[in-house]
Amino acid sequence: MSENIPEKKKKSALTDRRKFILNMARGVGIASISGFVWSAFVDEVTASQLLLRPPGALKEEDFLKTCIKCGLCVEACPYDTLVLAKPGDHKPLGTPFFTPREVPCYMCPDIPCVPICPTGALDTQSVSNDDGQLDINIADMGLAVVDEDSCIAFWGIQCDACYRACPILGQAITIEYQKNERTGKHAFMKPIVHADACTGCGMCERACVTEKPAIYILPREVAQGKAGDYYIKGWDKDDEKRLENAHEIKTTTEISKQSASDKLNGDLLEDLY
Amino acid sequence: MKTLWNNYRYLFLRRLTQIGLLFLYFGANAWGWTIIQGNLSSSLIFGTIPMSDPYAALQMLFAGAMMATNLLIGVAIATAFYFIIGGRAFCSWVCPINMVTDAASFTRDLIGMNKLTGVKQPASRNIRYWMLALSLILSAVMGVTAFEFISPISMVHRGLVFGIGFGWAAVVIIFLFDLFVLKNGWCGHICPLGGFYSILGKFSLIRVKHTEENCTLCMKCKVVCPENQVLYMIGKESLPVLSGECTNCARCIEVCDDDALNFSIRSMAQNKKTGE
Repeated sequence: MSENIPEKKKKSALTDRRKFILNMARGVGIASISGFVWSAFVDEVTASQLLLRPPGALKEEDFLKTCIKCGLCVEACPYDTLVLAKPGDHKPLGTPFFTPREVPCYMCPDIPCVPICPTGALDTQSVSNDDGQLDINIADMGLAVVDEDSCIAFWGIQCDACYRACPILGQAITIEYQKNERTGKHAFMKPIVHADACTGCGMCERACVTEKPAIYILPREVAQGKAGDYYIKGWDKDDEKRLENAHEIKTTTEISKQSASDKLNGDLLEDLY
Repeated sequence: MKTLWNNYRYLFLRRLTQIGLLFLYFGANAWGWTIIQGNLSSSLIFGTIPMSDPYAALQMLFAGAMMATNLLIGVAIATAFYFIIGGRAFCSWVCPINMVTDAASFTRDLIGMNKLTGVKQPASRNIRYWMLALSLILSAVMGVTAFEFISPISMVHRGLVFGIGFGWAAVVIIFLFDLFVLKNGWCGHICPLGGFYSILGKFSLIRVKHTEENCTLCMKCKVVCPENQVLYMIGKESLPVLSGECTNCARCIEVCDDDALNFSIRSMAQNKKTGE
């Protein structure tokens, strides 16, 4: 009888070792559940592409790891241009951005939003010139893009609102004159954006007179294509240097081993569909 | 009036620091005050002294971010304060969510939820350390500060200073969770920031000290304590509360009518013990 009791106990109660293993398994299991839910959520909330960051912001990928979401840049901005993303904005939570149509960046010469950043997510170096002086004109927040279909200047109506609003007028936006063949006596005054000078401040988007702006700022990666190293401006010595980066690509096309007449007498439709 | 002050003096002071800090942060954004700018993630005191959330910085480190000097100085200041002096005081004296969970705890008691669910809690208080580890793993894997993108603490605090959006939902979720699902659920079980400060503040100087000779075993302290496992010595031994999980909220000191609990400085408390 006395021998039976411990045996019974053994069956009903868990040993310490088993308890430990079960507890650890439980912990790991619950951690995996939360890990998947958590990472899925974070992946979703950080997946916003069309986002305009303050001047001097690191590349989006680095910005997301470095920004501590303290809002010091927002407080430093004298025009209330910058805001922190709130739940419901569908932007990476707590990170600063601006909406040019509402409040553009007014390109303060002293760039108060950048040096105050405690983490370097807004990098002073990237908005300083070679002398180490802050220079907002080299900031890169985005790139203005003109929708020629809705821009009334492209219709032939005289408007140069964006050109006049541009803080680096004459460099970032120029006006191209072209004869209006329809009337025969007027000119188109087409706004042309120059990607190398445009900072993406959004003054043009703010100034645009159309109901929905015909000129608007997109993040540079979204707005621009890339020719790659295979297309070179042969007339430009500097551009020719890019050839050094180009490497050979070999492509092979599989050629049918059937003879031509067999091919033609076969089921051609099969190849088509 | 005197008893009212006596019974709620620390609670009053805590609400004062919590709401006062919020107000100062709010004023910085709304009216350009420069006493304390930014938010709890990173601040600038009097326009010069940086102070940063060390847990957020740790996530940045795991995410592979470059650590700026200002950030490191800010982290060092905050870490030194909680490591040497405050312990886990952030949770009860600064964090705005503390007011939400205290309200939930109060309501829970008021409507008798505790009688319905019983004393036995269905979840371990160690979940927060798992969450802490998980947040660092996710930060490393995803290359973003994982907890900072879901943290209801920064969401709410940022929201109150800069505009809240749907951030109020986080308050409701935590309130309802603490009220109906788990007593002291968020702060006492899940929050990895609390877990972080539990570890960081483990060796801090300010400690609650129990004097067993004065104790009448009324257990009011254990009822009111949001982390009552740290008060294991009540009525048994004269010991300081040495667990890092104690938030130094001092509710136990206030409710004690017998002067059996008081604040003390760590080394003195220990000297007394060894002297005996």
